[in-house]
Amino acid sequence: MKSYILPQYLVERDDYRCIRCEVCARQCAFDVHWYDEEEDAVFADESKCVGCLRCVTLCPTNALVVRHNPTQIPPNANWTGEVLRNIYRQAETGGVLLTGMGCDKGYPIYWDRIVLDASQVTNPSIDPLREPMELRTYLGAKPDVVKVGRKGGKPSLETRLTPQLRLETPIMFSAISYGAISYNACESLARAATEMGTYYNTGEGGLHRNLYKYGDHTICQVASGRFGVHADYLEVAAALEIKIGQGAKPGIGGHLPGEKVSAEISRTRMIPKGTDAISPAPHHDIYSIEDLAQLIYALKEATHWEKPVSVKIAAVHNSAAIASGIVRAGADIVALDGIRGGTGAAPTMIRDNVGIPIELALAAVDTRLREEGIRNRASVVVAGGIRNSSDVIKAIALGADAVYIGTAALVAMGCHVCQKCYTGKCNWGIATQDPYLSKRLNPDVGTRRLVNLLTGWSHEIMEMLGGMGINAIESLRGNRLRLRGVGLTQEELDILGIKHAGA
Amino acid sequence: MKIEVDHHAGLPGVFARENGKVRINAGTLHYRELNNMVKGAAAEGLEEIELENVFGQRYIGSGIRRPVRITVHGVPGNDLGAFMDGPRITVDRNAQDGVGNTMNSGTIVVHGRAGDIVAMGMRGGKIFIRDGVGYRAAIHMKEYRKHVPVLVIGGETQDFLGEYMAGGLVLVLGLGKKGKPKLAARHIGTGMHGGLIFLRGEVEEHQLGKEAAVERASEADLEMIRPHVEEYTNYFGGKADEILGSGFIKLYAKSHRPFGGLYAY
Repeated sequence: MKSYILPQYLVERDDYRCIRCEVCARQCAFDVHWYDEEEDAVFADESKCVGCLRCVTLCPTNALVVRHNPTQIPPNANWTGEVLRNIYRQAETGGVLLTGMGCDKGYPIYWDRIVLDASQVTNPSIDPLREPMELRTYLGAKPDVVKVGRKGGKPSLETRLTPQLRLETPIMFSAISYGAISYNACESLARAATEMGTYYNTGEGGLHRNLYKYGDHTICQVASGRFGVHADYLEVAAALEIKIGQGAKPGIGGHLPGEKVSAEISRTRMIPKGTDAISPAPHHDIYSIEDLAQLIYALKEATHWEKPVSVKIAAVHNSAAIASGIVRAGADIVALDGIRGGTGAAPTMIRDNVGIPIELALAAVDTRLREEGIRNRASVVVAGGIRNSSDVIKAIALGADAVYIGTAALVAMGCHVCQKCYTGKCNWGIATQDPYLSKRLNPDVGTRRLVNLLTGWSHEIMEMLGGMGINAIESLRGNRLRLRGVGLTQEELDILGIKHAGA
Repeated sequence: MKIEVDHHAGLPGVFARENGKVRINAGTLHYRELNNMVKGAAAEGLEEIELENVFGQRYIGSGIRRPVRITVHGVPGNDLGAFMDGPRITVDRNAQDGVGNTMNSGTIVVHGRAGDIVAMGMRGGKIFIRDGVGYRAAIHMKEYRKHVPVLVIGGETQDFLGEYMAGGLVLVLGLGKKGKPKLAARHIGTGMHGGLIFLRGEVEEHQLGKEAAVERASEADLEMIRPHVEEYTNYFGGKADEILGSGFIKLYAKSHRPFGGLYAY
């Protein structure tokens, strides 16, 4: 069938600059570029270009420009080029539209409508370059009452605390499975988390044996497929996370297609090579909050009550009530993932239309847990579109204990958000299992780039904290008075629990 | 079955210990206390642990990685042997939901029936249930290399047996009914993409999930399942030859890639 889909991108090559080095041809897993010896020219099949900019970035003479195809489809606010392209694709295949990364639709990004406070004259600001500034925070249930006694003339804590995760900066790497991303990407995340004193999350694909040594900085996920979940995996983790939902695809499960289940993936997930790895939509042992409690305590029992247990849900309409149930079910951490949360593969319609923005969910959950007097019983971690340090600090002021970053971490490793993760052909060596591609991401470099990112963000957070006259991140948590909304409706302000700027 | 409470068992806790063996009176102990005792006994190197007066305590056998033998007198609670890796558990009465949830290795033998989601996500070891089980038995059971989990059910099962099944072996013997048993369960093998289910008796096409294929068990198949049937009859009585000789059908996955063609790439 002749495809009616027009190329999304145009590849423009400056023939004067091109030295026929064929880097572009070798780098493109989508086979866009090829060199014709007879003509001594490099050509491009633009219909295959996904706009990942690998060729543009690596071209030694800057001979390439990739830009959106400006072909004039009849201008129409409803029947846009994207809508037409999707319909053509489905008319040609009869399949479900797939995509990768997070929702790219124009829902309001509330972080960009919220501004932070700073001290002026009174309550002077603090300079973090000269004065102590603490970004350390602890995740886990906090007791209702803390009893302090004295031991040998020194104050000592009498209350026995439940297990806690110690974060040196309030930023963790989101759950991304080995399978969705390459081994080298996993190793980069593990090493960077270890170096920064924070945590990364295995996602639901198990944990590669070589990465067990980073277990102290690993959150191991238990999802509906229970892939790679066995005693060693539970024991090596610093914390466990029950994955109920994911911001990119609330309410549905996942399929890792058989062609991505390589020998190593098969060993890690503990399933035969080449079979589909199917994660059912629900956990079939969880149909209620009581059932959730049962799994939370099963995991605690299996790991001798030594690790905090997190429960991750997608941010949906009733997140506040659900989060209350999760806390009452015994979770030590509630992780919320908003509509902009990323994925290796999700049906496009679900990614773009199901769930709610994380800012609103976070505010609603924090408010609800406070109102019910149970906010101390679990930490709240948010994910789904955290792009920079100001998003982090606003999230904490809105009520989060820490954030998860996924897309930002991948971008740090080279991702250009072309949203084609599901093809397994990631030219940046991240969302692929092809050894030729995955070796492009050197884990030493990946680690360095991630560490640099967290270092930079952490400095910025310290500066912003200092600017508010605060010297510890925990003093900002839930301090919504340090936030103001700009251009928001009263309803939005009420949900966010903040005042409008000027008020 | 009438559950008899042994009022003379005394206070909950350890009440007897002799050469490598310990008896614990579960009674009204919270599961956490009971399991701590069981784990403690296993850590001490005791090989046999007898639990008396068990009243629904959950997670028995969980978090133990030694091949200890645990005998449960009474009814264990949900998630018996969840994430279990090695122990051998015998239950002298019925078990509840979640027997062998995400179990990795070991053996569970239940002298009675079991509730829902028996062997959910099970990856290794064996489970023998003398009577029937509830819904969603063997859901998402899987196998990997040498780990091939086996679930033998003496009686009947309810709907969604072997849903999403990705590996392993399930035998449903349908014993205790006169003539050729006819299973009432529906949606058997829905989403199945690996493993084998053997059913004694007949099922109709509409009872099967569309991903499951069905055929009569061959002689080779029967030889393959024979050791498991014999193990069942060793525990609970009966004649393996008689059971094997009365006709089995075999369910298997039509494809290892049930959703391969679902998406528009």
